[in-house]
Amino acid sequence: MSNGKSNCLYGLTAEFEEPAALLAAARQARAAGYRKIRTYSPFEVHGLDEVLDQQRTPVLGWLVLIALLLGGAAAFLMQYWTAVVDYPLNVGGRPLFSWPAFIPITFEASILFAGVAAVGFLLIRSALPQPYHPIFNTDGIEAASQSRFFLCIQTDDAQFRLRETWQFLQNLEPIQVSEVTC
Amino acid sequence: MATQNQIIPRGQMADAPAGRFSLGSITDAVIAPIFGRTPAWWWIGFLLSTLLLLVFVFTLGRVATVGVGLWDVNQPVVWGTGIINLVFWIGIGHAGTFISAFLLLMRQSWRGAFSRYAEAITLFALATAGLFPILHTGRPWFAYWVGPYPNTLGLNPQWTSALVWDLVAISAYGIVSLLFFYVDLLPDFAAVRDKAQRPLTKGIYSFLSMGWRGDSTHWVRLRKTAYLLAALATPLVISVHSIIGLDFAITNVPGWHHTVFPPYFVAGAVFAGFAMVLIFAIALRSLFNLQNLITLKHIDWASRFMLVTGLMVGYGYAVEVFGAFYAGHTGEVLLTVERTFGPYGLAYWGMILFNVVIIQLLWFKSVRRNLPLLVLICIGVLIGMWLERFVIISISLGYGHMVSMWDQWHPTLTDWLTIFSPFGLFLTAMFLFIRFFPVMPMYEVQEVAHEEGWE
Repeated sequence: MSNGKSNCLYGLTAEFEEPAALLAAARQARAAGYRKIRTYSPFEVHGLDEVLDQQRTPVLGWLVLIALLLGGAAAFLMQYWTAVVDYPLNVGGRPLFSWPAFIPITFEASILFAGVAAVGFLLIRSALPQPYHPIFNTDGIEAASQSRFFLCIQTDDAQFRLRETWQFLQNLEPIQVSEVTC
Repeated sequence: MATQNQIIPRGQMADAPAGRFSLGSITDAVIAPIFGRTPAWWWIGFLLSTLLLLVFVFTLGRVATVGVGLWDVNQPVVWGTGIINLVFWIGIGHAGTFISAFLLLMRQSWRGAFSRYAEAITLFALATAGLFPILHTGRPWFAYWVGPYPNTLGLNPQWTSALVWDLVAISAYGIVSLLFFYVDLLPDFAAVRDKAQRPLTKGIYSFLSMGWRGDSTHWVRLRKTAYLLAALATPLVISVHSIIGLDFAITNVPGWHHTVFPPYFVAGAVFAGFAMVLIFAIALRSLFNLQNLITLKHIDWASRFMLVTGLMVGYGYAVEVFGAFYAGHTGEVLLTVERTFGPYGLAYWGMILFNVVIIQLLWFKSVRRNLPLLVLICIGVLIGMWLERFVIISISLGYGHMVSMWDQWHPTLTDWLTIFSPFGLFLTAMFLFIRFFPVMPMYEVQEVAHEEGWE
């Protein structure tokens, strides 16, 4: 919706006092056919992901597993290559490929790769850091990190009609409904 | 989260009478010190810490420019205060990630009372610890030689050396702990940002929060990431001090060559770490008026953890002595006698007193809830754990297998400065942390509070 105008509309928000109210509102909005719904809350409201059909993170576990194996393999092969191929050094006739001694570094590198991958995935998928977002233009959005719960229906929703959507949100009995400029 | 708890029953976050909390009041309580006037005790503590930090810089500067001989390290006692401090400070750094990771996996929702500043303790203790092996190399500007990097000689690190394992383990631990710490801070930085009035403050916290806005999809990802990091960090914590233990165990020095070392080192590390965390918990709750969030019940539970790990450490001492006599190896027996009744016998018995005897008081509930006494016990544990490392490292090296390898280590003035001045770095960082960072994970405590119905 960013058409360059400063007074364009990003969506409409409804502000609630309780997580339960937000959950109920999200459920009704889905039932009413809205799809482009976002919620903003000071902590995770359990069940919202199901209601909003946002459970799309199974890839995270797999990605972390792949990073884990990759890190381990890279560390092990690096040790193998440097100790056996690149510069074989005979220390008292001990085997060059003394793999049990390679395990600690392999283990630590696996964890390091996996940890970095997990956090990287979190930031990239959530598009963070993102200094500007239209939702910050909402009246009183500061409370979304303290004590209030916001539901936003975006204008790019196929069913978004300013007047009807406004009325719909009003019927959910929020503290207030407000417009979000982008 | 809290509902699935099995070990400790529901309602564990607080001795919470209904009506004490409302949404937002937790955030207010935790954020208040950031925007309030800087209290006088903070300035006094901060200035004293920075003075000590200057002493630390001076000491390390002397060691770097003159040489490690200032620590009286020479053949055969080649490991002195530098290595003792490395092990001591890494140990302090073990409770933080243990609390964050292990307690998260165990679904102990009371971890919120400790996790944030425990993680900060971990990071700053690690930063302190990391300086010592670098200085101990003697020529710290060549410390990078221990890592794998292409060089003109075509040389590679010796992968079978525990010292290279240390480098990798400590770096991996530091990075993963930092990620864990930071990810957990994003929502809290956002909360501080939204409370901030002055543009500059708002700007700084906006930057730190990366534009966190509490989107439900982000929350789901944050939770899953936190669980994954916890699952990764738990074995990591255990591996790091195990590897430090292997530094000793894989050599054949009498008193080091024990298979019990890795687990016994891990227990000792968590033990010392909990002591440090408890000191900060008790200080913060009264200085920042967080008595409702860090309750006596939490302190009680953390004390129990300290008792359990302390008993493991005591078991380690027993196994060491038993092992020496059971093996009947002359060097081991001799060392055991010298440790206990030799010139530094006082250090051994001090260690037993602080780490084994005094902590038995923690069996009593009245002691676990007596805060001044608890602080004294914790300080005792820190002293005891330092003595333990001293006994293991510097005394053992002086009793090698041959008479020609016998010698005694004598602490110098530089040693004494090296023992005390690292607290300057650590405390300066901690004072800055408690002044500018939310000291508790507000979003998590709010969530638990809401689920357990504190309102």
